[in-house]
Amino acid sequence: MALLRPTTILLGKELRSEFRTRELLTTTWVFVLTVLVLFSFTFDPTQAESRRFGPGLLWLALLFAGSLMLHPSFAREQVNDTLAALRMAPIEPVSIIASKILANLCFLLVAELFLLPIFAVIYNLSLVPILGQLVLVLLLGTLALSTVGTVFSAISSQARMRELLLPLLLLPLLAPALIASTEATRGLLEDPPVLSLPWTGLLAAFDIIFLTVTWLFGEYLLEE
Amino acid sequence: MATGTKQTFPAGIGVEFQQVEKRYGVRFALRGISLRIAAGESVGLVGANGSGKTTLLKVAARLIRPSAGKVQFSSAETSVVSMVGHSILLYDDLTADENLVLFARLYGMEGSRERAAAALESAGLGGRGADLVRTFSRGMRQRLSIARALLPGPGLLLLDEPATGLDAAGQQWLGETLARLRAQGCTLLMSTHGRSETHALLTRAVRLEAGQVAKDSGPSGDPQRVLATALAAPQEA
Amino acid sequence: MAQRATSVVESTGPGQRTRAGVHAAETLGVALLLGVAGYAALFIAPTERTMGVIQRIFYFHVPSAWTGFVAFFITFVASIAYLRGRNPKWDRLAVSAAEIGVAFFTVVLITGPIWAKPVWGIWWTWDARLTSSFVLWLLFVCYMLLRTLVDEPERRAVLSAVFGIFASFDIPLVYFSIWFFRTQHPQPVIGAGGSLDPLMRNVLLLCWAALLGVMVLLLRQRYRLETLRHEVEELRTESARRSDSA
Repeated sequence: MALLRPTTILLGKELRSEFRTRELLTTTWVFVLTVLVLFSFTFDPTQAESRRFGPGLLWLALLFAGSLMLHPSFAREQVNDTLAALRMAPIEPVSIIASKILANLCFLLVAELFLLPIFAVIYNLSLVPILGQLVLVLLLGTLALSTVGTVFSAISSQARMRELLLPLLLLPLLAPALIASTEATRGLLEDPPVLSLPWTGLLAAFDIIFLTVTWLFGEYLLEE
Repeated sequence: MATGTKQTFPAGIGVEFQQVEKRYGVRFALRGISLRIAAGESVGLVGANGSGKTTLLKVAARLIRPSAGKVQFSSAETSVVSMVGHSILLYDDLTADENLVLFARLYGMEGSRERAAAALESAGLGGRGADLVRTFSRGMRQRLSIARALLPGPGLLLLDEPATGLDAAGQQWLGETLARLRAQGCTLLMSTHGRSETHALLTRAVRLEAGQVAKDSGPSGDPQRVLATALAAPQEA
Repeated sequence: MAQRATSVVESTGPGQRTRAGVHAAETLGVALLLGVAGYAALFIAPTERTMGVIQRIFYFHVPSAWTGFVAFFITFVASIAYLRGRNPKWDRLAVSAAEIGVAFFTVVLITGPIWAKPVWGIWWTWDARLTSSFVLWLLFVCYMLLRTLVDEPERRAVLSAVFGIFASFDIPLVYFSIWFFRTQHPQPVIGAGGSLDPLMRNVLLLCWAALLGVMVLLLRQRYRLETLRHEVEELRTESARRSDSA
């Protein structure tokens, strides 16, 4: 597959770049943590309420953190005009976007995995019995955020007010994914835990639809 | 050139601009440019700032899509078009080595590590492979940028003021490198701004003015006159 | 060059009077249809049992949403057409349709609370249709906002076309997710549920037809405005080009 090889090479480049500086990872993690703590001041979490509000707050925090942290994805390529260098190489343009979607997915997942234990402690939730299913929901929801966020990072990096534009474009569009992720997570926190098939299915559909749209139309975003 | 890495030198690529126009809203960067460059020519592109040199090079590199007209290349082979741009087109957060290996792999080259090392050696950056590009001086960054462009063995090399940032030794190296490429049949299209060692090897000069071809010494003419008059003409700030 | 400035030339040329006449007739026709629809909604349709007279706003609340969908669908198709062919007229159609879609959804968002207040005593409930309309409205307002933030015309067209396509694919997802959410967490419903009395349905369709007429008129005007703007720019460029080389 002509897409796989360059995507893998570029993914390696993205990961290597990030792990050298670790700027995105640390800032994302600290941001989500701060938001979670602040939320707990606004909504005092007793046991019952934390099951009601917890999932929503977690996903909101991730959404906000993501919409800030996804911006450098394409902004970075403007520094030394490296995007031009990538475009001149004999690779499918979509692989550039695909590699960034995967890289952002990794960064967000790493931040989430650090966050889960802390989230469980703050909101007094026991996550161990549902861990596998929770990871599935996290994966699908984060993929939604990463896919749309990366594409919109390409859009906003070419407009004015780019740091503000990305969250602005992202939040309404991700509304269905936010609802689905929250509801799916809430289902898992119930007693007994239930993996909601409709909501998980909706998340999967969301991912498939927007990955396909990216594959079809993404390359137009890279033009000068 | 380091031994042990076998490089094939593809035949040069010819490029033809057919009534190429590029506009940005109300501003025309290129107006109706028709120009044919045969394989193997070494063409100098001169003109004031804003005359369209960079845009023309980017159109040839397929980075910019023309608003009107076409660009055609004479070789359909796996020959490569490479560009040395205004920016260095390298990742600051990666080492010189990592940058070159990345591009070697993207171009599908075998033995990317060896090629990268060889390229660094040729550029006089032999010992600096493990250093971050961020730490390089201006001149070194430019050398590395040129090395990156040469890596895939291009049939058409586009250069946008490549001597910028290079010291005397760097400019000499650039001149030698371009002469070698020319001997191997690579087509060169280079925008230039001021006197340079490289002018001697040009076979043709084209002067652009406000997005149009003002003067062309032609495939068999004398480029030096066009170069001289262009360089003597007042430049915009 | 005269070829390109057709709209400007046309609007001052000899055919103008006939076309103006046709336009006036069409506008009159739509106005008439709207009047008939309004009369039907107010007087012909039977009064709804539980909600009373205020329910009649439903005959414009619901078709406004449907008309908004049609407008956004036009934006979707125009966006794809633009990306394929790069003909600016598709971009002009896309932005015109998006603006009109937002206008119709604004009507939805205003008539919703007007309906809700007398019936439920509150201005807003997170009713499925209203919430979805709100998200949709936000999405296409963002589309227009994006356009104001990109100066170069071709970039603006490409970026907003891609965003428009994403937003369009989001529409069914928004509606489904919010509807399903509401089945699990019910709230007062503003829309009329269940089957519809045939007379009510006919009045509803009549109102929709009238609104579609309004949409077509508005779209044509807005598109024409966009074309005129474009041609003024072209003429300006051309005159600058000529004075440059003169």
